[in-house]
Amino acid sequence: MPEVILHRVGPGVTVQDQGRQGYLAQGLSRGGAADLLAMAEGAALLGQDPSLAAIEIAGSFLTLEVTAPTRIAVTGARMRARCDGSELTWNASHALPAGAMFELGAPVGGYSYLHFGGGVSSEAALGARSAHLAAGILRMLEAGTRLALGEDSGNRTGLTFTPEARFDGGALRLVKTPQSHLFSDCQLQRFTSTIFHKDARGNRMGQRLVCDEADFKLEAGLRILSETIVPGDIQITGDGAPFVLLAECQTTGGYPRIGTVLPCDLPRLVQAPATVALRFEFVTLEEAVALERDAASRRADLPKQLRPLIRDPHDIQDLLAYQLIGGVSCGDELERTTR
Amino acid sequence: MSSFRQRFFMKRQNAGFCCPEISHKAAMNQHLKPQTPQFPAITTLGVDGFLVSFGAKLTEPANRAALAFRAAIESADPTGLKETAPSLTSVFVRFDLARTDHATLQTTLNTLLTQRDWYDAPVPEGRRRWYVPAAFGGENGPQLGAAAELAGLAPETAIAAICAAPLRVQTIGFAPGQPYLGALPPEWDIPRQTDLSPRVPEGALVVAIRQVVLFSVSTPTGWRHVGQTALRLFRPEQDTPFLLRPGDEVLFQRVSDAELEQIRSNDPDGGAKSEGQR
Repeated sequence: MPEVILHRVGPGVTVQDQGRQGYLAQGLSRGGAADLLAMAEGAALLGQDPSLAAIEIAGSFLTLEVTAPTRIAVTGARMRARCDGSELTWNASHALPAGAMFELGAPVGGYSYLHFGGGVSSEAALGARSAHLAAGILRMLEAGTRLALGEDSGNRTGLTFTPEARFDGGALRLVKTPQSHLFSDCQLQRFTSTIFHKDARGNRMGQRLVCDEADFKLEAGLRILSETIVPGDIQITGDGAPFVLLAECQTTGGYPRIGTVLPCDLPRLVQAPATVALRFEFVTLEEAVALERDAASRRADLPKQLRPLIRDPHDIQDLLAYQLIGGVSCGDELERTTR
Repeated sequence: MSSFRQRFFMKRQNAGFCCPEISHKAAMNQHLKPQTPQFPAITTLGVDGFLVSFGAKLTEPANRAALAFRAAIESADPTGLKETAPSLTSVFVRFDLARTDHATLQTTLNTLLTQRDWYDAPVPEGRRRWYVPAAFGGENGPQLGAAAELAGLAPETAIAAICAAPLRVQTIGFAPGQPYLGALPPEWDIPRQTDLSPRVPEGALVVAIRQVVLFSVSTPTGWRHVGQTALRLFRPEQDTPFLLRPGDEVLFQRVSDAELEQIRSNDPDGGAKSEGQR
């Protein structure tokens, strides 16, 4: 069975899949990849099932080799990908020769994904291969680890696509929570007209947001009985700052929640750099359902968006050294010579 | 009304609670003002979930209603159901938007709600009684004195009260396998601390608001740390990763610090013994 041998592994590198469903009643949140759209993109590039596990790199670095020729795909937050020193295009599938040194570095933040043909076939726990760091299920990957790969039934590589924009912040859409009505109209209006940024305190459990005049505190907030939390819920914590719960969040909570970010907008939150502006916009439940269904059909259509990889001028480091157009003239040579 | 204000106002329409008897469509189109909900209440949670609530305050009937209603949805298994989870007085129901919709599932939930008086439901079947050794005070419960004082009890009386009667697992939540046990007598209605204790160890026995929580992971908390068990409530590597189930009873048995250490080093189950109940 082909294996991946990890040589250099930065912090925050884990195996991830769709997470574990069905354990909410036991206090275990679903977990799974922070950017599920990137998982769908990788699966499309390799023509395989999105449930197969991949490696998630949270703003970190990774060097590895494979023991047999292997198809790979790289998606999510852009990194510098190199195979034996030569640069590979991001958001594309590639053939990795056995023994070649594959490096991922120069992260821009956010979550990057490395997918393998046949998927990562590492140790599973409670029905999934994804590490759930908050619950202590499986662990971050370390140098020296060997990961088994599943059997690859595909053979195409050299494909790319144009990813859905999600690295520049913008408006995240919300639905109301059972506690939204506890906030005054004025507070809700202020919430949707405020520009937020991501705080340094963010991980797979949740992301704290900051703004210039953040105080959405609720006096009633301290007396709410704990109830189920879902990823995307925005808690207003004791200091009045919003905290968006993510894949590895706790399963119940008693802080008031002002809204829930739509699942299809969560990739835009987790992939937003700290420098970009984020804001929130309430939509009706009907709009939200329509948006989710649209997103699901776009994910299903990803294989149709693939195109052969041709070298993108953006990825050519020494563009100016290329002679792009030959035989350029001023257009008046003939006139000059004949005059 | 300015156009922004108008747009904002219209977007508020799906806010708040809808009573079970109001159809989903009607609830969506009505202008619902924030209001005190009638229980049981069905609200949406997220884009693909419902929360069925049996009370805003924790009571024994509301807790039993939530546990029993959750079991009823699981056995009804409506099309598109993905997952259910009870919390103290409510049940979360998540479904697959590709296989069903809010209106259909809400009808199912309404029908189930009218089938019986859920507040009158018995506690779940297959529950067990656990005998759990616990040490109190000192390093194993540095806030015993403070908690006892808030409850108006001497530390020894407080320990005796916690060990006096079996406590029910009212829900499992927050962290994997973490039980909320209750109810302690009324004098234990003590608040959580506003500041967090830096870190309590796994197996810590903490108290607030007439409840005991046993921590399944080491974590900062606002609950007061009064005792310590050697329980591992979440064991991801085992066939039964979660020790306790909602409805189970836990009776604490006081041991000395030395006895707890001995149990910890000799017994992977932390000395917990269970017996089946009807």
